[in-house]
Amino acid sequence: MALYNLTINDVKTQLEVEPDMPLLWALRDILGLVGTKYGCGIALCGACTVHVNDKPMRACTVRVSDLVGKSVRTIEGLATSTTLHPLQQAWIAADVPQCGYCQSGQIMAAAALLKSNPNPSDADIDSAMAGNYCRCGTYNRIRSAIHSAAKAARLSYDATQRDVGQERKV
Amino acid sequence: MKQFIEAVQKKLNTQFTQDRRKFLKVTGIVGAGFTLATLMPDHLAATESEETVASNELNAFVSVSSDGKITIYSANAEMGQGIKTALPMIIAEEMGARWQDVEVIQSPINQHKFGRQSVGGSTTIPRTWNQMREMGASAREMFLSAGALIMELPISELKAADSMISHGSGRFMTFGQLATLAAKQTVPDPKSLKFKDRDDYTILGSAISGVDNLALTTGLAMFGIDTQLPGMLYAIYHKCPAIGGRVISANLDEVKATPGIIDAFVVKGNNNVRELLDGVAIVGTNTHAVFKAKQALLVKWDESEASKDNWDELAERGSSLHGTRGSDVVINKGNVKSIFDDPKNTTLAAFYEYPFVAHLCMEPMNCTANYIKGNHGSKDQLEIWVPHQFPERSRSVLQSMFGVKTDQIKFHQMRLGGSFGRRVYSEYICEVCEISKRVGAPVKLTWTREDDIHHDFFRTGGFQSVKGAINPEGKLVGFEDHYIGTQINGQPVSGSRFSDTEFPLQNIDNVYASKTMLDIRTPCGPWRAPGSNTTAFVTQSFLHELAVAGNRDFVEFMLEILGAPRWFEKGNIRSLNTGRAAEVIKLAARQSGWGRSMPEGSGLGMAFYFCHAAHIAEVAHVSVDSNKKLTVHKVIVAVDVGPIINMSGATSQVVGAVIDGLSTMMAQKITMQEGRIQQSNFHDYEVLRMPNAPEVDVHFIQSDYAPTGLGEPALPPLAPAVGNAIYAATGHRVRKMPISEEGYSF
Ligand code: FES
Ligand code: FES
Repeated sequence: MALYNLTINDVKTQLEVEPDMPLLWALRDILGLVGTKYGCGIALCGACTVHVNDKPMRACTVRVSDLVGKSVRTIEGLATSTTLHPLQQAWIAADVPQCGYCQSGQIMAAAALLKSNPNPSDADIDSAMAGNYCRCGTYNRIRSAIHSAAKAARLSYDATQRDVGQERKV
Repeated sequence: MKQFIEAVQKKLNTQFTQDRRKFLKVTGIVGAGFTLATLMPDHLAATESEETVASNELNAFVSVSSDGKITIYSANAEMGQGIKTALPMIIAEEMGARWQDVEVIQSPINQHKFGRQSVGGSTTIPRTWNQMREMGASAREMFLSAGALIMELPISELKAADSMISHGSGRFMTFGQLATLAAKQTVPDPKSLKFKDRDDYTILGSAISGVDNLALTTGLAMFGIDTQLPGMLYAIYHKCPAIGGRVISANLDEVKATPGIIDAFVVKGNNNVRELLDGVAIVGTNTHAVFKAKQALLVKWDESEASKDNWDELAERGSSLHGTRGSDVVINKGNVKSIFDDPKNTTLAAFYEYPFVAHLCMEPMNCTANYIKGNHGSKDQLEIWVPHQFPERSRSVLQSMFGVKTDQIKFHQMRLGGSFGRRVYSEYICEVCEISKRVGAPVKLTWTREDDIHHDFFRTGGFQSVKGAINPEGKLVGFEDHYIGTQINGQPVSGSRFSDTEFPLQNIDNVYASKTMLDIRTPCGPWRAPGSNTTAFVTQSFLHELAVAGNRDFVEFMLEILGAPRWFEKGNIRSLNTGRAAEVIKLAARQSGWGRSMPEGSGLGMAFYFCHAAHIAEVAHVSVDSNKKLTVHKVIVAVDVGPIINMSGATSQVVGAVIDGLSTMMAQKITMQEGRIQQSNFHDYEVLRMPNAPEVDVHFIQSDYAPTGLGEPALPPLAPAVGNAIYAATGHRVRKMPISEEGYSF
């Protein structure tokens, strides 16, 4: 066991875990952030997608020890203090989820896409989202929700209002 | 919305305390029609609600508080089929409620109060349709009589709508204002209740976003796997890769020395695959620790009694039966022999094959249990948090396994991350209860994805040898099917049922169908539209072969076989109605531009199937290139399941089933060797991804028959529609799934 310092959802966090502990299980079992899901453990389903320094990462294969000093965002930290992320709103408006289990990962993958490409084409969406499996087959609604969120975001989203600065230890 | 955000922030701030209950209690109702219930873990919701809103209970399902909030219980498991939204919609409609005022809460498990709390077989809607309408209508009548009392107006002049009771004069009182008095009114005799006319519906038939969507999109929905209890430990359970193997020994000391491991022990099972098989439990402080320790585990198995199943051998046995008849005759009508022998007729024979497939629920099997041993005369208590289609079903098993009575077991229904028929067995419940009892602590058992695939209850593979005859006019005059399925201990497995109601056996005069069941050991179970999902592929593909041989248009050919509009079993809406069938076929044809000329390498294919009381036709539009790269551009679906409850949810079920069907037919195949399942995770069990998802265009015929379920029946027609379209595009006939084995890919 060793101590690792990283930022999770804007909160400076110290984790004491085994060096090979994947982020996924630190989030779920140690921090209680169970919105990030387990689906395969080998980076092939996307259910565990989070952001590390704004880039999409599969939490099941990235180790806590590799994240020292980095900033992690999970589905629980996607909404700002005043509003849902445009993707979350679009997801609700389009009634995307069926069982819903893959949706945290889908939304995080989509959010990373919009960050790097605010106006994605169908093909951009398909290639960014190809690693996120949905057993229930919600792909078409996901694609259209990403388009409508992109449109809404271009109109209004202001991502500057996140609370920062708390300290915590585990 | 602001309060919701505060809830999320609070959640973040409390994420380390693990005190979810406290967090949930301090938050209030959140805005925009999304309420606290949607943010709550289901197992806490019931407790919370009893404390806060149970004051005016109109019946088991409906409570209304004086601020106008209408709480409706959803009593069945939500697994993505959408009933947690659809059933409350029915109640709200009959009540005259505004949907914005409704808050839906997962009910506790209590079958005395809520009736049968199971889901499966696309039966929940048809089974509960009248019950839900009664609950709504009964509440409505109680509000009407409360309104009549207070406003001193004749009840016949009042109406219930928009969450209020109003009078033509303009006077009105809201449900909130009337709630206390309404709850005191006599509960009407169910026989006296009148249901609304469809024309007056304001909620049913509209598109309503799922009641848990806010929680699902913010990571706060509680699936079974998300259960967290104070002092909870984490476990895996490792069973013999060949079903039925018994543990001889294991390197437990080595495993226990792995970091984070608290205990490891051998469990002697009862050799019942649906209950408890032999295995090794590893218990630790987190999931990673136990997953990792599992890799260090070495078990010596006694496989003398274990499964020796081998897919290649099974496929050989199946294909050796091509052209034969089975000893078990399903139907023998007219004289097929003379039809096939008649030289004027064109006769065709073919052999079809389909593999075993896995359920691959996105949420792997898991369960959390807390077995508290009694002391000083108190009894043992067993509390279980489980994602399951029918938790009650495991009660009797647990009673006999642990020698407890029914009042010593308490279930919490958790949300299911998909099921498709998988979560009807109880073995993962039995496993975790045994482990929790052994370690004396609450335990969450999580199967690895590999466990989940290796120890599935698979959709069975199988074969059909079919034969048909077309007369000189191109009419289907004879049909024969030798259905080759599988059985375990002399019982056909769930997906190996074939009956004389199978289309087109009832529709033509000369038919013969028989069955052979091959013995297997590999566990099988229901998988989205069991039996239908494979038989539709065979019969609808082969009917297309016959239409082609007779130089007939497939739509015309099908309509001719269906004949005059009639029920096959009078008065039974769960039987085939040839008129409903013809209408969906015609609608799908019209919407797809059936009959238009297609460019080289492209084609349209149609299939119709009837199951689960649903009449569904699908047309696939595909292109195939010279490397057999398949593009499914669009699938047009025409559905008659009666009136639609939730247009959004219903459309999702159809689209999802189409995509599931395509995913399965393309590349999914489970094989076994020496009883061992050879696939283990997404790298060797391929699934359809977003770039290959076709556009799906869904059309409903909202006939006047009672509504029926839609979780399964849109899947079976997909494979034959695509197969027939591939034929139209290329002239190549697909007779074997998955089609990747014949060189196709996306
Ligand atoms: S669990 Fe990480 S990609 Fe599947
Ligand atoms: S919604 Fe069920 S897996 Fe995507």
